Amino acid sequence: MNLALKDIRHGLFRFVLTCFGLGLLMTVVLAMIGIYNGLVSDALAVVKAPAADVWVVEAGTKGPFAEASSIPADTRDAVARMPGVAEAGAVNYQNVEAPHAGRTLRLYVVGYEPGRPGGPQRIAEGRGIGAGHFELVADRKTGLLPGETIRLGRNRFAVVGLVDGAMNSGGDPAVYVTLADAMALQTELDPAAQRVQAARGAVSVKSASVAAVIARMAPGADVDLLTATVRQWKHLAALTQVEQEELLLVSVVDKARRQIGLFLGILLSVSAVVIALIIYTMTMEKLKQIATLKLIGAPDRTIVALIVQQALILGASGWAIGLMLILSVKDYFPRRVVLEPFNVMVLAGIIAAVCLLSSALGVRAAMKVDPATALGS
Amino acid sequence: MALGDILIEVSNVAKHFGEGETRVDALRAVDLTVRAGEVIALLGPSGSGKTTLLNIIGCILAPSAGRVVLDGEPVFDGRWLRRDLRRLRLDKIGFIFQAHNLLPFLTAEENVAVVLDLAGLHAEEGRVRARELLDYLEVGHRAKVKPALLSGGEAQRVAIARALANRPRIILADEPTAALDGARAGLVMDLMRKLAVEQEACIVTVTHDEKIFDRFDRLIHLRDGRLADA
Ligand SMILES: Nc1ncnc2c1ncn2[C@@H]1O[C@H](COP(=O)(O)OP(=O)(O)O)[C@@H](O)[C@H]1O
Ligand SMILES: [Mg+2]
Repeated sequence: MNLALKDIRHGLFRFVLTCFGLGLLMTVVLAMIGIYNGLVSDALAVVKAPAADVWVVEAGTKGPFAEASSIPADTRDAVARMPGVAEAGAVNYQNVEAPHAGRTLRLYVVGYEPGRPGGPQRIAEGRGIGAGHFELVADRKTGLLPGETIRLGRNRFAVVGLVDGAMNSGGDPAVYVTLADAMALQTELDPAAQRVQAARGAVSVKSASVAAVIARMAPGADVDLLTATVRQWKHLAALTQVEQEELLLVSVVDKARRQIGLFLGILLSVSAVVIALIIYTMTMEKLKQIATLKLIGAPDRTIVALIVQQALILGASGWAIGLMLILSVKDYFPRRVVLEPFNVMVLAGIIAAVCLLSSALGVRAAMKVDPATALGS
Repeated sequence: MALGDILIEVSNVAKHFGEGETRVDALRAVDLTVRAGEVIALLGPSGSGKTTLLNIIGCILAPSAGRVVLDGEPVFDGRWLRRDLRRLRLDKIGFIFQAHNLLPFLTAEENVAVVLDLAGLHAEEGRVRARELLDYLEVGHRAKVKPALLSGGEAQRVAIARALANRPRIILADEPTAALDGARAGLVMDLMRKLAVEQEACIVTVTHDEKIFDRFDRLIHLRDGRLADA
């Protein structure tokens, strides 16, 4: 006879309500984990997009994402000739606000050289940029559709294709244009806009300069040799892809990450306390029944099983409800919510540990209760 | 009737609560022997130590001094001689409390069967035996009902069924018929006696219920923690 289940069924409504409440709490925890993951993966999207091996940037900077970087546009030719380099492409990045369909879009404009590294890896819809001027490929999140046009600076750009998941670390969706168009756009921005952009630290606005040169290595080529070669040029610095990713995480999203991380910590602590409280209260309410069980001869293991099983059922239900809820709402979040199976399992582990720990509290109280207390009416 | 084995042997048992100013001597040097088949009543004014004595026999309370032998097995002699007192209770002792103390989340039948489950009986066998006992006590029709919906008398009879389920040889009852009307009280005592005889058990009942005094083999009076045999 499973006493834990019988007792749950006896107070089913209340138990379900408790599970649901816990489930909601777990939804928030999972959402927080997902937002945290989303933030990290979104932040890396812009660095990962060009599938680079090495980033050549302005000396003394951590460009082009963590700091502004500006190098001469012809650096690309020099990099392309360096040992081990298979391909090289110049890129620049800028934030632009553009009116579209009655509202203002905040866009992250990526300028690259078609046919060279720096552009989108995969076009989801439409086509990539051709040789012509004033074409762009937009991230789907911009809401732009192939065939539409949008005014950037003084010119109208035609949307020719869509990509997915391209954005800067702030979550602004990206549009890809040719480097030439991007550089023109940069100089076109009126002085006020330039000052705003400068204040944001997004890009430095020197003419005929690019933010970085992306290099892809030939198979088996020595990355260290290339970075060493780049550093011989006094005005250049080189970062490997891994360094660039770490840099971005450490410098750009670090605060946001710590913010969310800390909040997640607090949330988990609150959940732990809530779970502990629920389970402890559940046990305390049953002390008299536990005394009765002792009186009729139930061994400790029966009593421990009653408490621990209920705690685990509660935790598991809360976890499952939380998971179901977050999976059904996660796509409505304005920013990406990324849940890895690993995170979900870790949360399950944490909940199980908290449940066991708090049932230990209840078990302690239950073990201490004198069977004679069942006799008082 | 022919008396059977000695099931309860309490020698020189004393129990006091507290020390010094607050010391209460609930029992002072009590001797009591109860044999199989005996049904005895424990009488006495409130505070005379009836419940204390019952709890000591039921191994719920440790005496301050003395010796307790149950069903031939010494269980207390200045200290407990057995560690698994709960197993002892499960196997040998059936309790009927004044408050019925049924588990609220189990049906009447399950409340009885749980004892058999704990004793290791197969679930189905336990259910059948529980049902038999409930039928016997004329509450079979309430088998699937939870205690909250039982009347006081029904709940008490379920509690009696639970106390008797594992065929204990020692049945202890603290005012078991208090919640029953006169006729029903007599009937229940008769049933308990019948089961006790069948199972070669003994019954020690605390009662104030003069209507059922004639149902006991012996009346034992307690006063100020001492036996005051009538
Ligand atoms: N747990 C306890 N702590 C202190 N005193 C107690 C306790 N249990 C019983 N007593 C005292 O022991 C005496 C006998 O109590 P009890 O056996 O309950 O009497 P009865 O059941 O005959 O009314 C009373 O004076 C009571 O106050
Ligand atoms: Mg009493």
